[in-house]
Amino acid sequence: MKPELEQLADSVCAKYDYDAVNLLPILQEIQRHSPRNYISEEMARIIAKKLDITESRVYDVITYFSALSSEPRGEVIIQICNSTTCNVNNNRDLIRWFEEELGIKVGETTPDNKFTLIFTHCFGACDVSPAVRIEDDVYGMLTREKVKDLIAAKRGAVV
Amino acid sequence: MKQVHFITELFDKYDGRSLQAYLDAGGFTALKKLFDISSEAVLAEIDASGLQGRGGAAYPTGKKLRQARAEKAARKFVVCNADEGEPGTFKDRELLKCNIYQVIEGMVIAGICTQSQEGIIYVREEYTNMHDEIRAAIAECYKHNYLGKGIMGSPYNFDLKLFSGAGSYVCGEGFAMCESMEGKSGRPRSKPPYVKQEGFLRLPTLVINTETLSAIVSIIKHGADSFRRYGTEKSPGTKLISISGKVNRPGVYEIPFGLTIREIINDLAGGIRNGKKGHFVQIGGASGGILPERLWDTPYTYEDLAKAGLSVGSGAIVVADEDNSLLDYLKVVQDFFRHESCGKCTPCREGNRQLRFIFDRIINGTATAADYDNLEIVLDVMGKASLCGSGKTEVVPFRTAQRYFPELFMTKECFVAKKAVV
Repeated sequence: MKPELEQLADSVCAKYDYDAVNLLPILQEIQRHSPRNYISEEMARIIAKKLDITESRVYDVITYFSALSSEPRGEVIIQICNSTTCNVNNNRDLIRWFEEELGIKVGETTPDNKFTLIFTHCFGACDVSPAVRIEDDVYGMLTREKVKDLIAAKRGAVV
Repeated sequence: MKQVHFITELFDKYDGRSLQAYLDAGGFTALKKLFDISSEAVLAEIDASGLQGRGGAAYPTGKKLRQARAEKAARKFVVCNADEGEPGTFKDRELLKCNIYQVIEGMVIAGICTQSQEGIIYVREEYTNMHDEIRAAIAECYKHNYLGKGIMGSPYNFDLKLFSGAGSYVCGEGFAMCESMEGKSGRPRSKPPYVKQEGFLRLPTLVINTETLSAIVSIIKHGADSFRRYGTEKSPGTKLISISGKVNRPGVYEIPFGLTIREIINDLAGGIRNGKKGHFVQIGGASGGILPERLWDTPYTYEDLAKAGLSVGSGAIVVADEDNSLLDYLKVVQDFFRHESCGKCTPCREGNRQLRFIFDRIINGTATAADYDNLEIVLDVMGKASLCGSGKTEVVPFRTAQRYFPELFMTKECFVAKKAVV
């Protein structure tokens, strides 16, 4: 086992008294501090051991919740809303702009592992629909130019 | 009287962040009143207001609080449901952003009235960018003794913390919410026992919507009569609606019950964009009903919507115009449920898979008469036999679409003749 994984798991689990009731915040926090925005199999095994629960329970939770991932993702996650309001408001242009600017399709990660582009369900930004969520921030009323600027800004910040 | 400001009275009156500004605007006077007149008197006031749960179930709030109060246990919980997940809904976002202190005040009042000393605000992960501000507001309240031990010099204690969801629609259901707070995947339990009896950690838990809590504070502050000045006999008071889609001014509006759908669209939301003709609305979230333009003069009340086969639900109104296809819309709704079904019970899990196949064939024009029969069976079983409210109400958009747009898929002839294009 890698010592840095052990260390991260310990620092987070200790905050939550190594109590499995807190599995959700523990996983969210560990994922936030893990490279590639996901919980690796090795990390899931470490967490299970630290909390004295089964690996299958850890995996059940990771794979159930859409904010958690068992697969590596980009450093910046771009979520395009694909729910009712954003469909009514024709989000197809927005999808195309992001796909073209990033050079990937929805569901893919850029080859440099900087961006992952995915669909998501309504995140409550219907008043500025069609909307997109980039990391934790929400943007709406976008134009092609704004999409370009947003991605450029994130590229700059990530490097 | 179109838009009103009863629950949203303090929106724009202060920045939503400063506790002092909230106090200056009359904040925590409802809690002071509770200390003056007793929790029994407060419950009587809530009963008199006729307030119904604003999360969607519309259960009488006074009755719900009394039932929670009757549960005896050493530890009891109050959970504020801010897991607003119904597509098209963003009113709790505004309550948390513009007036978080009123939500906290409502939590303390609910805690004291139900003799619970521990509270949790369950905020959806999608609102992560608001979590720090909510935590900061909670910390402010602790600092100034509006939370913690001996609140405002009273004998009452109440602790409060934020819990972040992790992206799951079903966790808006009480049991699924409790499961997720216990570090498990969010799957509803069988009932009874109910959440109020054995919820979080199998202890009595009151799960109450963000808007309901906010309304409680305003009702205690201004009295049940001033709440009942608005609305109708059976739908007293005001409601926060989230209107979006093809309208000029999408947003959150507080309205008295009784406005018509058309008034809401035209007078509040500025009408349909680009002079287009309206087609349909979906009311109450993804599990809400579809109402065609010809029936937009229906008053927005619990009783009138029920007559039309719809419900108020989460307060969402998604407006579609003549350019939007209802079949495409239903496909999006169905995709949502297929993804969000927790998978625990067969009717919802498998029903949604079958609906997908049938819908794909309807859209491709390859549906057969057998598909029509199967659609009926699947909807019937899902509506009757699903474990939780989500599975049961998932059929509502399809049932109302069948009722109001029969040409879409009501007859086998339509199916076979591929006329199912609306």
